[in-house]
Parts: sequence; structure tokens; C-alpha cells
Amino acid sequence: MSEHAEGAAGSGPSHRAVEAGVAIAIGIFAAIVIYGSIKVGTGWGAEGPKAGFFPFYVGIAILISSVVNLGLVLLSKEPDHLFAEWSQLRMVMSVVIPTAIYVGFIPFIGIYIPSMILIGFFMRWLGKYGVPMIAAVAIGVPVAFFIVFERWFLVPLPKGPVEYWLGF
Amino acid sequence: MFEDIGNLFQGFSVALQPFNIGVMFLGIILGVIIGVLPGLGGANGVAILLPLTFSMSPTSAIIMLSCIYWGALFGGAITSILFNIPGEPWSVATTFDGHPMAQKGKAGEALTAAFTSSFVGALFAVIMITLVAPLVAKFALKFGPAEQFSVYFLAFCSFVGMSKEPPFKTVASMFIGFALAAVGLDTMTGQLRLTFGFEPLLGGFDFLIAVIGLFGIGEILLTIEEGLAFKGGKARINLKVVIQTWKELPKYWVTSLRSCLIGVWMGISPAGATPASFMSYGIAKRTSKTGHKFGTGEIEGVVAPETAAHAAGTAALLPMLALGVPGSPTAAVLLGGLLIWGLQPGPLLFVEQKEFVWGLIASMYLGNVVGLIVVLTCVPLFAAILRIPFSIIAPVILVICAIGAYTVHNSVFDVVMMLVFGVLGYILKKTNYPLAPLVLAIVLGDKAEENFRQSLLASQGGLSIFWSNGLVSTIMALGLIALFWPLIGAAWSRLRPAPASA
Repeated sequence: MSEHAEGAAGSGPSHRAVEAGVAIAIGIFAAIVIYGSIKVGTGWGAEGPKAGFFPFYVGIAILISSVVNLGLVLLSKEPDHLFAEWSQLRMVMSVVIPTAIYVGFIPFIGIYIPSMILIGFFMRWLGKYGVPMIAAVAIGVPVAFFIVFERWFLVPLPKGPVEYWLGF
Repeated sequence: MFEDIGNLFQGFSVALQPFNIGVMFLGIILGVIIGVLPGLGGANGVAILLPLTFSMSPTSAIIMLSCIYWGALFGGAITSILFNIPGEPWSVATTFDGHPMAQKGKAGEALTAAFTSSFVGALFAVIMITLVAPLVAKFALKFGPAEQFSVYFLAFCSFVGMSKEPPFKTVASMFIGFALAAVGLDTMTGQLRLTFGFEPLLGGFDFLIAVIGLFGIGEILLTIEEGLAFKGGKARINLKVVIQTWKELPKYWVTSLRSCLIGVWMGISPAGATPASFMSYGIAKRTSKTGHKFGTGEIEGVVAPETAAHAAGTAALLPMLALGVPGSPTAAVLLGGLLIWGLQPGPLLFVEQKEFVWGLIASMYLGNVVGLIVVLTCVPLFAAILRIPFSIIAPVILVICAIGAYTVHNSVFDVVMMLVFGVLGYILKKTNYPLAPLVLAIVLGDKAEENFRQSLLASQGGLSIFWSNGLVSTIMALGLIALFWPLIGAAWSRLRPAPASA
């Protein structure tokens, strides 16, 4: 429990901590880029600069700016504030996690059925709609996409066993 | 010059083909819907709809996509005025006076003023493109790799210097884009790099996926976090209101002209529509006789930002067409489209693809006329879309983004990357890292690197080639000035105390 929490709803990660975390993450990314560039050679080859030449200096630039950003965060004298309240982050995760599950299912059962479930889930959970309304929207929207993409513009979307069973 | 006018008329004959007119209407309507919906904007909207145009001819395709862009520019004004929710960042300044007008029951006037100003701003910018773009392209034909690189250098330096985000965050974000662009096959040596043996990375990162993730999913996450409450004014526009407002508008011609100039300038330099709209609003507030009333529902406070935003949004296409350097993320997506259709953006386009270029320019004139008609007549319809509850619209937008990401390469891995970019976009946006430089760097990274390395090859590794002649030195010097602009500005104001009031 943090001492200066203003009630359960008012607490959350501090903005400065997140900023520092982002700067460090960017620094790690830069290190990976530099490592990868060195692996393919950063010098001057037979045909001029080697493949790693440009990304190497790009990596250095990222590293320098992330160090500066980290320094600015740590030395900042401005009062810290909340990055977001926990309840807000919970809302964000409640979109990210179902979407991740949704994406995970696409390779196996196509895009249409997971889309129906995703739309239905949100309508039920956030909107508290009744079954007829949910059924209408959750089935109607993917079917409309099917008509627009696969029929009008001839762009195939991922399909699974159910679609094949239906003969598409 | 006369040859260009001939070309333009030929362009009109292309743009006026019935199919292209139909595509124009479709694009505008889709664009306004995209502009109105939270989470979908010009850049990711065009990115998502790009695959739909694969089966069209490049000219029809670019007409549809650019019309989506015009539509999105118009759509942003609707949400700002009626709901006080800027659908796009460049319409934030429109809320300052637009929404108070709507609250006073003058939504119709505000919307008419906004749409008409947008139209004026866009028209001004298109005329400028018609006159200037061919000249710039002719000039740029002489560019070698060093000059080409210096143009990229100028574009990216202006980003750092003009961005309102902290400079080192802009630099970090930009170079992350360059690093992502470098992943995969190196075009010059044919070597693989930065893939670490991970197969889906062989093809590198596609900026369309990044755009859909960063701007689409990221925006949804931000909206969710802030919690949504749509409380909107009534939208009703009838002919009487329109004509009345039109009678009133010519009074503000000075503001209009100034905003056009600001917009065009900011649009060509990659500062973009958002700062242009703020700057134009700020100057109008300072110079207007009724400036002290700004913020309470002054029509002039709607005219200024809307004119500038549209002028900037349109002018951003000039460097994209003539130099191959997009002035905004949406222009970058359009440029990506050109590459997909097998067209090489840049000065040669004006020589080799006359029909395409002039068809596009002609469609900018027509598209904005069509846009004005569509938005003036269909506002209530579009406003109704905003009344769809978030619990329905959010998952539908997620599905649209997923479909958009998948169709770029028919790859599920891209959909996963979209979600990763989405979370990344949310965190970066919250910590003040600008996203536009990241996207532009992914788009231009390969080209910039190629030109850089070719220049070095020519000079046997010496950086002096970027200062080897008057032209390239001038552009590099302009780049350095743009990069250190905030410092120069600060030094200037210290040397010379600002005049009491302008």
C-alpha cells in the first residue's frame, strides 16, 4: 500500500517510473540493433558500406537519445503525477487481452467466428445488451465484411473449418 | 506552364470518368465515417482500405484513397463541433470556438463555416500544388543521391525542430523507425540483417501494419482509458443557414488568406496539419478585433484552424508527389500505395506517369467539391454514427483493424504485430513520444539509407559529399537550421527583447 494513495481508485503507477521504464526499454532495443548490426558487419566491404553500417549508427543514435531521456526523467524536478489509475489500466487490459485471444484464434478458425465472439463479448460485457441485439450486430457485421471484402473487392480473408463446411 | 494547364485538363477528363466520380463519392463517404469514428483516422483509415484498391487501376485507386483523406479531414470537424471530441488531432483547435457555437444553438453555422473554410484551404493548396509541383519536380530531376539524402535530412530535421514533443524523444522515435525499416533484406548487399533467425521478420516491418497498430489500436486504448461520454449537440443544416453563413464569411478574408499561407507552409515542411491549425488559431486570436471573445463561439475561431488544417493536409501531398518525401503520415501511406501499385514516387512521376499525376491533381479539385456537397447534405447521418454506443463500435473497429492488417500481406503474423504496435503506440503516446516521425522513418528508411550509402560510395566514405556543391550544401544547411530552430529562436529573443505587443 502506498502512503499517499488517494483512495483505491486514485492510485496507479507513477508517470516518472513509466517514463524511465520506456527509456530503458528503448535503450535495450538500441543494444539489440547494435548487436545485430555488428553481426553482419558495420565497416566498409568490397561493395562499399556493409549491411550493418547504417543500422549500427541508427542504434547508436537511439542509445544516446534514450540515455538523455532517462537522464532528463531522473533529474526532473517537476512533481510526479500518475501515469494512469489502476482502474484505467484495467480497462485498457480488458481490451488488450480479449483482442490478443481473438488474434490467437484467427489462424485456426478463421477471422469471421472470432469476430462474432469478440463483438458479442464486448456488447454483453460493456453494453449489457440483450441477446437479440447482440446476435443481430455480432453476426451482421462480419457477414457484411464478408460481402464487401470477398464478394465485391475479391480480397480473401482467413477462413476456418466452419466456413469450409458451409462451402466457402 | 501552358503545357501544365493542358495536362491538368487532360487530368480532368480522367477524373471525370463515371467510374472515377463514383469512386470519389465512395471515398469521401468512407473518409468522413473514418474521420468521425474514434480510433480511425486519415492515416490508418487509408492504410486499412488500401488493399481494397489492389484490383483498381492506379489512378482510380489514388483518387479513392485521396478522397478518403479529404473525407477524414472534413469528418474531424463534425465531431469537434457537435461533440467536443476532436476526431483528429488537427481538429482540436476547432473545438475551441466550434463547440461553444453548437452549445449556443448555432451548430449549423459552425459546421457550414468549418466545411467552407476547409474547402477554401484545400482549394488554395491544390492551386499551389498545380503551379509549383511540376517546377519542383523538374528541379528535383537533377538530384543525385547526395541531394536526395539532403532532402530527407531536411524533412527529418524539421520534425525534430518543429515538434512540440521533447527533441530527444522525437529523435528516439524517429531512429526506432529507421531501425525497424532496416530489419530484413538489405537491398544493396542482398544480406539479411537484424532478423536473428526469426522467419516472419525476413520481409521486415511493414509501415502499414505499424500505422494501423500505432494510430488505430493505440487510439482505441487511449479512448477506453479516458472513459467515453458522447454528449452531442443537434446537427441541423438547412439551405438558409448555409447561405446566411456564406454571406458572413467573406468578412474574414484576411484570416482566411493568412491561414491558407500558414497551412501550406506547415504542410510542405513536415510539421503537418496539427501545428498549422493551432498556429493559425493563435495568430487569429491575437490579431482579430474580437480576439478577446475567442473561445466563446466566434465564427472566426472556426475559420482560422479549419482553413489551415485543410491547406496543410493538402499541401502535404506536394513533397510526396514531387520529391517522394511525404509531409504527413497519411501522405506516407499514400506513398506506400504508389509503391505497391508499382509507381516510383518522386520527380520522375511527372515525366513517366503524366496521366496518373494530373488525374490525381484534378481529382483533388473535384474531390473537395464533392466533399463539400456530401458533408453539407449528410451531417445528421454522420452525427448519428457517433451516437452508436462505444461497446458496439469499439469491437467493430478492432475487427476492421485486424482485417486491414491481415489483408496487407495475407499474413496472420501481421495481425499479431498490429496488436504489439497498438500497445506500443498507447505507451509511447502517453509518455509524449511523437508517433509521426516513427512512421515516416519506417517508410523512408530504406530510401534514405540507400541514398546515404550511394553518396558515400561516390565519395569513398567521406561525409564531405554532403557539402560538395551549392545545392546540397544549401539543403543541408536548411536542415541544420530547422534542427536547431528552437535554440536559434531562444537566442534571438534573448538578443532582441520581443516587442510589447504585435
